[in-house]
Amino acid sequence: MTRRILAVAFAAALFLGTGVAHAETTLLNVSYDPTRELYREVNAAFAAKWKAETGETLTINQSHGGSGKQARAVIDGLAADVVTLALAYDIDAIAAKSGQIAPGWQKRLPQNAAPYTSTIVFLVRKGNPKNIRDWDDLVKPGVQVITPNPKTSGGARWNYLAAWGYARETLGGDAAAEAFVKKLFANVPVLDTGARGATNTFVQRRLGDVLLAWENEAFLAVESLGKDAVEIVVPSMSILAEPPVAAVDAVVDRRGTRRAAEAYLKFLYTPEAQEMVAKHYYRPRDPAVAAKYAARFPQLRLITVDGAFGGWQKAQKEHFADGGIFDRIGVNR
Amino acid sequence: MRRAVVAPTTEPALVQWGLTLAALGFVGIFLVLPLGTVFAEALAHGPAAYLRAVSDPDALAAMRLTLITAAIAVPLNLVFGVAASWAIAKFDFRGKSVLISLIDLPFSVSPVVSGLIFVLLFGLQGWFGPWLAAHDIKLIFAVPGIVLATVFVTFPFVARELIPLMQEQGSEEEEAALVLGASGRQIFLLVTLPNIRWGLLYGVLLCNARAMGEFGAVSVVSGHIRGLTNTMPLQVEILYNEYQFVAAFAVASLLAGLALVTLAAKTLLEHRFAATRAAAGKD
Repeated sequence: MTRRILAVAFAAALFLGTGVAHAETTLLNVSYDPTRELYREVNAAFAAKWKAETGETLTINQSHGGSGKQARAVIDGLAADVVTLALAYDIDAIAAKSGQIAPGWQKRLPQNAAPYTSTIVFLVRKGNPKNIRDWDDLVKPGVQVITPNPKTSGGARWNYLAAWGYARETLGGDAAAEAFVKKLFANVPVLDTGARGATNTFVQRRLGDVLLAWENEAFLAVESLGKDAVEIVVPSMSILAEPPVAAVDAVVDRRGTRRAAEAYLKFLYTPEAQEMVAKHYYRPRDPAVAAKYAARFPQLRLITVDGAFGGWQKAQKEHFADGGIFDRIGVNR
Repeated sequence: MRRAVVAPTTEPALVQWGLTLAALGFVGIFLVLPLGTVFAEALAHGPAAYLRAVSDPDALAAMRLTLITAAIAVPLNLVFGVAASWAIAKFDFRGKSVLISLIDLPFSVSPVVSGLIFVLLFGLQGWFGPWLAAHDIKLIFAVPGIVLATVFVTFPFVARELIPLMQEQGSEEEEAALVLGASGRQIFLLVTLPNIRWGLLYGVLLCNARAMGEFGAVSVVSGHIRGLTNTMPLQVEILYNEYQFVAAFAVASLLAGLALVTLAAKTLLEHRFAATRAAAGKD
């Protein structure tokens, strides 16, 4: 009996022990919610390239969640070598609150350190039964809107600002925009913490009439779940979302991974990675790749955070910080 | 007395059958059906897809981490639970009620808060974070943090099971043993332990089930690094969110399988101990 127990314990120890044996270079990419599929492919390609160029075996680990939540985790010590988040403010927050990223990080890589862009579109049920065409259809009574929580989700902040931008232009002025956004959020039955959770609420749990979604997330939902379930509606205008990337200086210097981390981020701008970007429905920055996939992405007027809201620092402070406008309009819910 | 033997119940047959059916229906809908769904969904695309899902490196890593976590948390709480309930049930001391309340604390605190406590203590911005970082010790967003959170959440299970049992049993038997000249170790091994055997086993099983299944607290301290800091419940969520339903339910079925194995082990042990006890009674 005792020998049998010992044998079982030995077998268990062998099983448990196999994970810790080999040493190799690792990078941790802490990213936001919808990039899971993109980075799985990018990581495999870069690891092969790195192996061919340096002979080093490189493993790139991934962590995904709502952008704000992920930034918080890095601030609290999640040892990310690179962060690839939904918006610049979340990386600014890491820089400001923990000092782990040097200020001016957004100038270290081309194009605001955002190797791909996206925008916000609508996902509706097949046949568009509520006839949702544009932003003003979202505030009609009886329309249920699904969006994640702007406090935790980067995508949701883009959703919110796109709605605000539309209302300010069509209704005139910030007061009208605030009333509009308040009405919109009164139509939201549930606020998930991340974009993927919201997509699942809409698609799996069948809650709501329209999902405000990243364009890439909307395409992926249509692709994964079939065209007979949901369809994409492109509004008259939306916002240019620039999800930026940065190496976490404190971590890469401590772990000695700066060279690999920076090469990894630069790799995102190469035509090879830009093809993957387009394949996963992000809008590529590379002009040649962008031209190749032009038919895939609808042309619509896009406002920018810098142009319409005076940059992320200002937008965050006014709208999403504690006591900001989002807190104010949420009071009566 | 005699009437009770002839007619143990006096309710009409309709009520008896109605209540039985209602109970069975309840068990069927709330226990059997969900469990069945998990296995049905897991095998929806055949056994090959199932095997592929459970042999995926990330799924294997999640299983490994869940087993490691339970293998550390359960013995720790076993030792602590026995020690605490021994002290509380057999002795009187100042601050006893405070200790009892402290043991109950993890039950009354939301698991998410339990996780946040550790982030606030050991996170980079927390009390001990900078010191830990300076000494290159990783607690949060690594395996030790997950074990810590699990130990915290499963803290009360063994003690809570044993305290009422030991209080009910009193300390006469231990006192008798003491009078007969037994040492402290002998009293514990030969008198106390046999008396609490069943409660202890049950507490350990509950503790183990929770340790393997804990989601909230672990989710906060995990960091969600694929293949490194995802336990099985976290892996199920990730797979589900990636539209990999077969894989999600396959891993879920393994978790359910672990629970079933635990139950089977308990039944088996009960049988064996019942047999030895009956044999001992005959001597």
